Amino acid sequence: MRDLINHIVFGWYPYLCLTVFLLGSLARFDREQYTWRSGSSQMLRKRQLTMGSNLFHVGILVIFMGHFAGLLTPIWVFDALGISHGFKQMLAIVVGGIAGVACFVGMTLLIHRRLFDSRIRKTSSFGDIAVLLILYVQLLLGLATIIVSLDHLDGHEMVRFMTWAQGILTLQPGVSSLIADAHPIFRAHLFLGMTIFLVFPFTRLVHVWSAPVWYLGRRGYQVVRSRSGKNAPQAVSAKARTLPAE
Amino acid sequence: MKVRAQIAMVLNLDKCIGCHTCSVTCKNVWTSREGMEYAWFNNVETKPGIGYPKDWENQDRWKGGWVRKKSGKIEPRIGAKWRVLANIFANPDLPEIDDYYEPFTFDYEHLQKAPELPAFPTARPRSLVTGERMEKIHWGPNWEEILGGEFAKRSEDYNFEGVQKDIYGQFENTFMMYLPRLCEHCLNPACVASCPSGAIYKREEDGIVLIDQDKCRGWRMCVSGCPYKKIYYNWSSGKSEKCILCYPRIEAGQPTVCSETCVGRIRYLGVVLYDADRIEAAASAANEEDLYEAQLKIFLDPNDPEVIRQARADGVPDSWLEGAKRSPIWKMAMEWKVAFPLHPEYRTLPMVWYVPPLSPIQSAAEAGKIGHDGEMPDVRSLRIPLKYLANMLTAGKEEPVALGLERMLAMRAYMRAKTVDGVIDQSIAKKVGLTAAQIDEMYRVMAIANYEDRFVIPTAHRELGEDAYDLKGSCGFSFGNGCSDGRTDQSLFGVPKRAKNPMEIA
Repeated sequence: MRDLINHIVFGWYPYLCLTVFLLGSLARFDREQYTWRSGSSQMLRKRQLTMGSNLFHVGILVIFMGHFAGLLTPIWVFDALGISHGFKQMLAIVVGGIAGVACFVGMTLLIHRRLFDSRIRKTSSFGDIAVLLILYVQLLLGLATIIVSLDHLDGHEMVRFMTWAQGILTLQPGVSSLIADAHPIFRAHLFLGMTIFLVFPFTRLVHVWSAPVWYLGRRGYQVVRSRSGKNAPQAVSAKARTLPAE
Repeated sequence: MKVRAQIAMVLNLDKCIGCHTCSVTCKNVWTSREGMEYAWFNNVETKPGIGYPKDWENQDRWKGGWVRKKSGKIEPRIGAKWRVLANIFANPDLPEIDDYYEPFTFDYEHLQKAPELPAFPTARPRSLVTGERMEKIHWGPNWEEILGGEFAKRSEDYNFEGVQKDIYGQFENTFMMYLPRLCEHCLNPACVASCPSGAIYKREEDGIVLIDQDKCRGWRMCVSGCPYKKIYYNWSSGKSEKCILCYPRIEAGQPTVCSETCVGRIRYLGVVLYDADRIEAAASAANEEDLYEAQLKIFLDPNDPEVIRQARADGVPDSWLEGAKRSPIWKMAMEWKVAFPLHPEYRTLPMVWYVPPLSPIQSAAEAGKIGHDGEMPDVRSLRIPLKYLANMLTAGKEEPVALGLERMLAMRAYMRAKTVDGVIDQSIAKKVGLTAAQIDEMYRVMAIANYEDRFVIPTAHRELGEDAYDLKGSCGFSFGNGCSDGRTDQSLFGVPKRAKNPMEIA
């Protein structure tokens, strides 16, 4: 029974989450673009946001990229580069720890602002508050895993999680057995992490997809839309296509 | 040369009575929605004053518009692209809602439902954001109406730059004017440049600047980029919105709502042709005082055969070329030079221009001279300081504004001689560099201001650019999401933010 639950949660649940994450995002982008936005509340209250939002975003981006690269890079790449498992583990703990603390401070400010500033609280949806609290719990779990990790600095636990994540993405649900005897804090962190992917398309988190890095590559500054020629908008949906000019 | 056409506007401030009809009709049509209560696509300010949002003309504080770098290139004052992105998590140059005002309503229902009380029931204010009681309203969209508030605060007005302002705080020397403001639909819009999503665009065919509500992601950089602070962040939808120059009306050949309803008949709409290839050079003029003239130079003469030929090649329809020839904007800005851009020093090349207001002559002796012998009073003795108007309209250069005011005074003197004395006085016209026929035309357009002279708006030629068959049965104006009204009450993907607003309190 315990094995079955473990297999469902760490073998099949990831696929449910990833499917909803991808198809849900696609459906929302296609059907409900008007709801696709960052949902900034800075205009209503700047106090606590400047510090809070910067710390939170920078921290969580470092953490996200660390997880992405750390979990999904095949272990032989590290071996080929001569990076020992123990060193990689320490790197993750130090960088993740610093970013995690920055993110923690930022989120604490943001949560305080969202719950106790009446302008922000009264204009928050259920989803705005829920997603902030979910991320906060996930961050605390993630920071707690550092303490657990200090017991096994050789990195073998970390390699197990890497194998699991890469196994899931290469369609091998059987890798769930690797997680079966992991520390409960790790298991909770993994479960909540997958759940964030599940709720992602239904919250303001979708703005992550739209990080406007392409702005740096825009030729010139101006955007002029023409009605005729190749840059004309399509009928009905009125989706403006743009061409850089000047 | 690349010829483009733009629907431009001129406001004759000499005739503005500050009635706010433009603001109210605009609000009723476009912004009486949740999230936009505080936003006025059109508002009327009493000058001198710090305006709405507070201190909007102070670009050291709000960082709107463009700056010219040492290299001679211009970039948005909020910074180059990398700096815009670096500030995306918390925009340091974004006004807070209190810089506009916290929108409010009153507990009207209490007036009907209150039990018998020793005192009359009152309707107290309540925030439209939080729904909570507001004990005191601190600011509003028109807080300085008719010089409301102390001079010390109003004199923070940026246009007092270089003016000995203290004497204008004295009752005998006080002056005022109205300034109706809307989106300038600039040729070099800073909002477009600062939008990381590329959601804001200028329409090639009529120059209207719009925000694609589907593409906007609410990064709110445009609010900072626009030096006129005419882009508003809708806290309910999470998108930015702005004046759309009533494009559904303009496309049908009708004037905007603000222009149509203007009781003083101060607003003019018409076509201006301009050279799109010279925009960047004009906006990069080295000296700020030259920006007004630089902008005049990129406007193209609609009677020039070479311009007409190129315009046709660039796809400007003939009806628009005809409209350009009869354009009241062209006449006031280019022929008579009585209309000026608002703050050309922002380098956005704005396309809503203003005729400066005349004001009473300071000295009674000089006042007596008007009309007697056609002697012109010195425009420097007008009650509104010339420098103040120049700071507002020509980046501080006084000569063009002085000539414009002289021409308006000349029109009065000439028409007085003509109608009262029955004399056509060519010398008055000559003195200000015009002909008698031109002054007659000025009088017809600016003083009589018939509907057909004020609004020369060719209809849009949608049949040229689009397959009209595809458009049948489609929606016209909408708030994104195809034909929906933008309200997704029962959506899986989130709903607009709502204020909880209990009208009746215990």
